[in-house]
Amino acid sequence: MSGPELRSHRFRLEREADWRRLEALLAKAERDRASALTEDELIALPLLYRAAVSSLSVARATSLDSGLIGYLEALTTRAYFFVYGARTRLRDRLARFFRVDWPAAVRSLWRETAISTLILIVAAFVGYVLVAQDADWYGSIMPAEMTQGRDPTAPTAFLKSIIYDAHDKQHLSAFATFLFTHNAQIAILAFALGFAFCAPTALLVAQNGLSLGALMALYASRGLGWPLGGWLVIHGATEMFATILAGAAGFRIGWAVMFPGDRSRLDALADAGRTSGAAMGGVIVMLVVAGLLEGFGRQLIQIDAVRWAIGGATLTVWLAYFYLPRRSFG
Amino acid sequence: MAARTRLASPVAAPARFQRRLVTPEGLDLRLTLASAGERATAYLLDLLIMLGALVILGLLVLAAGLGSGEGNRDVVLIIGLLGWFFLRNGYFVLFELSSRAATPGKRALGLRVVARDGGRLTTEAVFVRNAMREIEVFLPLGVLGMSLAAGDAVDGVMVILGLLWSGAFLLFPLFNRDRLRVGDLVAGTWVVRSPRVALLPDLAQDASRVLPRFAFTAEQSGAYGVKELSILEEVLRRRDPRAMAAVAGRIRARIAFSQPSGETDQAFLEAFYAALRARLEHRLLFGHRRADKFDKA
Repeated sequence: MSGPELRSHRFRLEREADWRRLEALLAKAERDRASALTEDELIALPLLYRAAVSSLSVARATSLDSGLIGYLEALTTRAYFFVYGARTRLRDRLARFFRVDWPAAVRSLWRETAISTLILIVAAFVGYVLVAQDADWYGSIMPAEMTQGRDPTAPTAFLKSIIYDAHDKQHLSAFATFLFTHNAQIAILAFALGFAFCAPTALLVAQNGLSLGALMALYASRGLGWPLGGWLVIHGATEMFATILAGAAGFRIGWAVMFPGDRSRLDALADAGRTSGAAMGGVIVMLVVAGLLEGFGRQLIQIDAVRWAIGGATLTVWLAYFYLPRRSFG
Repeated sequence: MAARTRLASPVAAPARFQRRLVTPEGLDLRLTLASAGERATAYLLDLLIMLGALVILGLLVLAAGLGSGEGNRDVVLIIGLLGWFFLRNGYFVLFELSSRAATPGKRALGLRVVARDGGRLTTEAVFVRNAMREIEVFLPLGVLGMSLAAGDAVDGVMVILGLLWSGAFLLFPLFNRDRLRVGDLVAGTWVVRSPRVALLPDLAQDASRVLPRFAFTAEQSGAYGVKELSILEEVLRRRDPRAMAAVAGRIRARIAFSQPSGETDQAFLEAFYAALRARLEHRLLFGHRRADKFDKA
């Protein structure tokens, strides 16, 4: 023994107070919020973190007290994530999302969006032509629970009543809520399914298009094409756009799985996940809007031209918001 | 629980679950990935909490007297639909966006979500890793629920397919070395251990009191390496008399040391720990790290 105490023990005695202080500050910041720290504490925290980093390097090189090293590793790791983690407030994060991240993500998905749109349109066209030629197709295209009596055998008056029936106005908010949660869940599903090489996502989008076309064909055969268009477009401009974007986000993921390019599959996937994740967050917002338009707007507004006008206006707003060139944002 | 966490020293973590994370200061934090068992436990805890929240929500609705009456049915329906939707999609996202980057279940087990590239954990990444739960858990559960509700014999096939599907996703973390869930894969994240560890007293603190009573030769105090030292440290921290007696006996046999009369095994072990650590740390300063007793360095 060279002295009364080990060097590593003296080292610990000298630095311990700083570690304890860092631990207390971290506990306070994690329990409450970063804003709970005073100005002095905010300035002290990175300094204490760097002191802990230095202590850990020294301890690893000179100390064999594994209890001490374990403590310092845990403390430094916690402090690292606090010092270098995102400390922006939720409000700032949201502002940035709406001003920059969301439109930018949608723009970068333009190729996938075009493919998704194409699938929807072609499927709608096919659905329309099939039902227009042979009404029996309607039953095979539309899921039974979606028809609600709207089938080729129904009398025209009934079909018309669905378009203008205001249900009863009491249940509108419940109806809107149901539409939103249901559609949002489907959209998240379409996105998540993209992981399986795009195919299920494409099927979901195509299914949407087919039913749309079939419904149009049925109503057009009774001369109700224009009113049905208004009934659909008032919320559909938003909802279909959201569906297309969810599909596009799913395609981006599936594409990265299949063709990662010159990066590793993991890196390509993580990159695709980031872009499409921002777009998907936005899709949920769009579906809230669509749910409100469908639940309230469509039931309260009975004039076809107004329905068409609202649908057209929302589509224009979305397109302008996503695709109009803008100054870059720091 | 607390005792177990404290004793789980980083030395004990198998190297194949250790990952490099170099801070801008140039220090490798040596993160340890969470094991599949910890992940599963955390998830079950979260599901239980979500279930509890649903029950409480239901009780509150009942207590507020909203359960009856025609006009109130809408309110109940809206609360139910929105409550379930936000719980299902928001619970994980909001908790993982907080500064702890962990749900209550993960917090209980000392885990947190981290970006694989060591950078900041972005909002998109958290959103994506949890949106993927939709195909991992909720879709097969939904299919199962529907098949059970329908109760058809044909749906037996669907039940089996659903189980296979969710089984493939649930077991996915076991089939890659980073213990990644499909959501982690797509979001570029992984889940690591970041427990709160208490600073334990230094065992060498009392050495000056005990050590003079034992006279170890240089050869005796250099009989072991770092690995044995950390095992000795663990034994001393546990203070289990039987384990201490067994270890003390084996050490005495190896270094041919005769116990002074009136000394306890614990005092012997404390003194030997201090002597061994002093010897090994002294050698460490000169660049020799003796890994274990077979190491000739």
